[in-house]
This record gives sequence, C-alpha cells and structure tokens, in this order.
Amino acid sequence: MRDLIVTGARLLDPATGLDAPGALLVRDGFIADLGPGLMAPEGAEVLDAAGACLAPGLVDLRANLGEPGAEHRETIASAAQAAAAGGITTLCVLPDTDPPLDDPALLSFMIRRGEATGSVSLLPYGAATAGCAGRDLAEFGLLREAGAIAFTDGARAIGNARMMRLALSYARAFGAFVVQHPEEPTLAAGGAATEGELATRLGLPAITPAAEAMMVARDIALARLTGGHVHFAHVSTGAALDLIRAAKAEGLRVTADTAPPYFDLNETAIGDYRTYAKLSPPLRTEADRQAVVAALADGTLDAIASDHQPRDADDKRLPFAQAEAGGAGLATLLGVTLARVHGGDLPMLDALGLLTCRPAALLGLPCGRLAKGAPADLVLFHPQRGWKVEAGTLPGKAQNSPFDGRALEGRVLGTWKGGRRVFGGRA
Amino acid sequence: MSHPSKHLLAIEGLEPPHIADLLDLAESYALLNRSGKTQRDLLKGRTLINLFFEDSTRTRTSFELAGKRLGADVINMSVSQSSVNKGETLLDTASTLNAMQCDLLVIRHAQSGAPALLSQKVDAAVINAGDGTHEHPTQALLDALTIRRHKGRLEGLVVAICGDIAHSRVARSNIHLLTTMGSRVRVVGPPTLIPADAARLGVEVFHDMKAGLAGADVVMMLRLQRERMSGGLVPSAREFFRFYGLDAEKLAHAKDDSIVMHPGPMNRGVEIDSAIADHPTRSVIGEQVEMGVACRMAVLDILARRLPRNR
Repeated sequence: MRDLIVTGARLLDPATGLDAPGALLVRDGFIADLGPGLMAPEGAEVLDAAGACLAPGLVDLRANLGEPGAEHRETIASAAQAAAAGGITTLCVLPDTDPPLDDPALLSFMIRRGEATGSVSLLPYGAATAGCAGRDLAEFGLLREAGAIAFTDGARAIGNARMMRLALSYARAFGAFVVQHPEEPTLAAGGAATEGELATRLGLPAITPAAEAMMVARDIALARLTGGHVHFAHVSTGAALDLIRAAKAEGLRVTADTAPPYFDLNETAIGDYRTYAKLSPPLRTEADRQAVVAALADGTLDAIASDHQPRDADDKRLPFAQAEAGGAGLATLLGVTLARVHGGDLPMLDALGLLTCRPAALLGLPCGRLAKGAPADLVLFHPQRGWKVEAGTLPGKAQNSPFDGRALEGRVLGTWKGGRRVFGGRA
Repeated sequence: MSHPSKHLLAIEGLEPPHIADLLDLAESYALLNRSGKTQRDLLKGRTLINLFFEDSTRTRTSFELAGKRLGADVINMSVSQSSVNKGETLLDTASTLNAMQCDLLVIRHAQSGAPALLSQKVDAAVINAGDGTHEHPTQALLDALTIRRHKGRLEGLVVAICGDIAHSRVARSNIHLLTTMGSRVRVVGPPTLIPADAARLGVEVFHDMKAGLAGADVVMMLRLQRERMSGGLVPSAREFFRFYGLDAEKLAHAKDDSIVMHPGPMNRGVEIDSAIADHPTRSVIGEQVEMGVACRMAVLDILARRLPRNR
C-alpha cells in the first residue's frame, strides 16, 4: 500500500488533547507520524484536507444489526456501508439477534463477517444469558475467548436480580463488564411512550421514567455487592444519571453511555404519532434531555453510542403502540453529536472523546486515538458543512431515522479503516 | 366559521367557535329528526364507509342512520380482530378504500392514532369514531349537546367525569371539549384509573366520589372495562361499586337538578345503579343516544362541505 499523507487538516485527538493544524502519515495501515511541518515522503499520496478536521475513526459502543435473522431490515454489508459513511470504524454489536450470540462459534462468525467487510471491525457482545432469555448464565469464559467484548442481553433488561448478581459476579473472573438495558420490565411492559401529560393526551400506554432509575439503583447495589462492573446503556433520565454520578464518586465500577436521540430530541418528537421517534427507552421530557447534556459535559457519561436499531417500513407504518421501537443511528452519530458542540454544550475534543478514545478505553482497544503506531482508523469531516437527514436517502438499508428532516452541520468527507479509504471520494 | 380540517380526528385543537358551530348545526338536526323530516339530498351520491375494527353497535348504527338521513350510500365494513393484529391491514385497507372512492370514512380502532395514520393515506374525510384510549370526538359532541339542551349552556357548569379515566377516550374528548367551552371539569376515580398528569389537562382530580360530586351540575359515568379488574387496577367489581359506583346516596351530593350521563353500554351494578340509570328525570342516557344521530349528521354535513364537488 502506498503511503498516505493528509495535510492541512485540523488534527483532533481527544486522548492527548491535541487540537492543532498539521499532517498525518499513514503507512502499512498504521499511523506512522503526525504533527505540524510533517513532510510528505517520496511517492506518498498527498491529500490536502484544508478546512477539515481529522479525528480517530468512531468507536460505536452499541448497535443492533439486522444480520443474523432480520436481513430484510439490514445486512452486515449495508450496516458497514452506513457505518463508513458515518465515520464509524469500530462497531460493537449486540447479541440479541436471531439466533442470539450466545455460542462461541457465532461470535467468531460475526468477527469474521466484520473482517470481510474490510471497512469496519465488528466487535460482538456475548449474550449474558443463554438465548438472551434471562434464565441461565451464558458461557462467559468461552465467549470471552471467542472475542466477546462484554456481556449483555441487548434490548432486553436482565430483570431478575439474582441473575444480574450472578452475571456481575461471574464476569469478574474474565475481566468483563455487564451491560444493562436499565428498565424495570414489569413497569415497562406494553409501554410505548414516557408516562406524563403527552402520553395521556395521545392515549398511549406509557412507562414511568422511574423504571430506569429503579433498575440503575438496583444494579448499583449489585455492583457494590459483587465488585463487578456494570455498564448502563442509553441512559435517558436525570434521576438515573444522578445515581450513576454518585456511584462513580463512591468509586464503584459503574459506567454508562447514552445515544443521540436522548440529548437531541425530547418526547414532543412523537407528537402526531410519529413512529420513527418511537424508541426504547422512549424519548423523555425536555428536563431529562438537558440532564443528559449535562452528564455528557461533566463526564458522568462515558460514551455516546449510536444505539442503531434497523427497522423497515412494515415495522413502522403501524399505529404507534403496535410499531416497533428503534431508530437507525449510524450515519447521524457524528452530526448529531456535533450539534451539541455547535450549541456550546460540549467542547469539540470532549464530544469526540465520547465517540472515540473513551469507549475504546472502556473496551481496552488500541484504536480511537491519533498516535504513532495506532491503527490508521480515521475520519475526516467538515465541522460546518450542512446536510439534511432524509429517510430514504441515508446510506445503508435502514432508513428509520428519528432525526428525519433534521438539518445538521458536520459532514463526513472520508473514512479510513486500517489505512484503506472506505468512504468518500477525494476531499 | 368553517371546520378547520378535512377530518375530525380529535376534539383537542378545536376552538370554541368550531365546537359551537357543530353543536348549533346538530341542534337543528335534532329538531329536524323530531319533526320526522329528512334531508336526503345533502349527501346524495356520496359514499360513507363505516370501518369498524372494534365491535360497536351503538356508534356504528348511529353513524349509519346519520348518513342515511342525509342521503349518503352507507356501507358497513367490520374487520375481524384476528386480521387487525396483523397491523398491515390498516394501510392495505386504505388503498382498498381509495379504489372504492369513499368520500367519508368513519373509523373505530383499538389503537390510539390509527385514524390519524389512515387519514394520511386515504383521500376520504376521516371521522374518528373512537381510537384506543385517545379520543372519541362525536361522543363528546353528543354529550355537550345533551348538556346544553338541559342546562342552556356549557360555560361555568361543574361536570364530574367518574370512573376509569385512564383508559377512556370518551373522558379525554369530553375533557378537551368541556374545558375549551369553559366548563369546570372534575375527574373522579381511584388513583390507579386516573392518567398521569391529568391535572395538566385542566381538570381537578378527586379520589373521593362524594367530594367530587359535591355541587356538580352534570355527573358523567364511564364504563369500567372488565379487563381492568383482571389487570389488578381495581380489586373487584363490588369494591369499585361501593366506592365509585353511582347510587342515590352519592348522587345526593350533586346539585338537586343535576343530570346523569353514561356513554353506554352500562355495567349496571358496577359503575351505576339501575335505579339511577333509569331515573325518569335525572338520567338523560336515552337522550344521549338521540343526540348522537344529530351530532353525527352535523359532522358529516360540515365535513362534506369541504369535499370536492365531483370525484
């Protein structure tokens, strides 16, 4: 492979705090050098990226793919295409597929399928319980050997307290954490929206927001009891974030992520029964949205994940309560996060850190940073260039974006995986 | 003032003049109906389809009668419960209806928002005849007309809506209509049957029936669905009747000239005592049914004015 040198870019490396103009040299799939005044070696391909930002490729901590089992919604190839267009080079995939990823062979298969795309690493979670059914512990040791990054039942909460205690306890033996969908299932059953005035007006079955804080409180107690590491996914309420903040201050092994809908939208997005905005957990009040923004800014949240959930038209063109929850999120992950940078809520490096080095550190991965010797997983983006999210025109197969119609500033110009360009023409 | 939309999907969002217009027109139809005259040329050549995904006798018959009295060709379509669950039926049905060149579509569906979804896909004017736990606009209109005929006004009246508010589309539509028209609305029921943030809809919430009925001009009872008891929201029918069923003792707390309403069908001995339901002067339940036809005629009339002349 020819050397590649990207020149004139604003280099952004949240891991070191680097934010300066300079050049970056890619050799044999790794970052060979970077900095100001770097000269192009003879024969290198030179990419003039003046006006654009060069950052580590995004590490998406949470995505559900249609494959295996729901290929009509999305295939791994189409998800990889959407990820590349969104600047994502590492994609952590949930195990509640069909079949569920509760067998070492299935995990190896997913990892190989990711390698075959050539554009994105697929890092699978292992199921926390056999079949993600919540009854029997999965084979954490064998799954970990096969490449499981952590354990979770995906969109299904581990509702049984004893099972969660066992999972947190047993996972310690293999240095893994357990990811919880924090929603008390008996309070959430059948619900389609957040309980409150709007759901009452729309006549929708609702879930009290307390269902989230309650599960977070329980699992913090279990983390304290077991010494295990619990990670809360897509946290969406201020009450839950307060508990997580306090648990971190106490020194417990508690981490958490959120997803763009929870800091960019509030429950009013479901007005007129817009099923593209039907998510799990459901969109919250404006006060909760602001609490999520505050938790991003103060470090309580460790990552922003796309929480990508592909759905097709038949899943969504239904009366609201019958429609499937979930939104496509790969292509919009960076743009919606940058909206909080433009809005003055987050410094650029902090925002990028939540998308790169912080999730990478959580997973113990060498990617997510601009450093000599790191894999040349890169995203080049223009921070101000505008575009409009339009369902039907998004990359990949899944078009169910909750941000349909949203104008965004911040466009991905190019994505490199291991030094190979996987998205964008010449910038 | 003309109706603000092509459809009637909800009471929420209507302004007082829109509601007053509908009620005035309905009043004139009530008089016409009593005189035995008809107006069979108004919807001549128009097709009205009653599309009911939920069982209903009263509402469907009422719309059928209203359509026929105005000269429309009325077709009843009942869709079986099993195919409803497949979901796709709703939009498949929409394309079928477009092919049939339906002008006015009356829909009842177990899912909140189903008429709104259908209205985006069909050419016809859509009338919501009850969707899930969302709204039942024509029921609120007929209730308001009944009240107005007895009390001469809506403004300033104290109306107590009692029972299962949480799951009631009748309650929601009535709350929106009556608060818009200046009535003082109370909702009365056990906390498990009061929806979240009910007070934000502009009503006063009571959990004690006697306190809730004190000084009321209108007592509006709601049907308690049997499945609410199996869902554990109330422990038993007898306990519910004891504390929230309307009997003479509780009604004595309302004004002496208060009227008693019920959207039907009634669970006698669960939410209402038979002696009250059949009371010759206090109960206006029979009149509600009569006003139902008049209100639905008014709604069909007003929406038909916005239809293109020739299809």
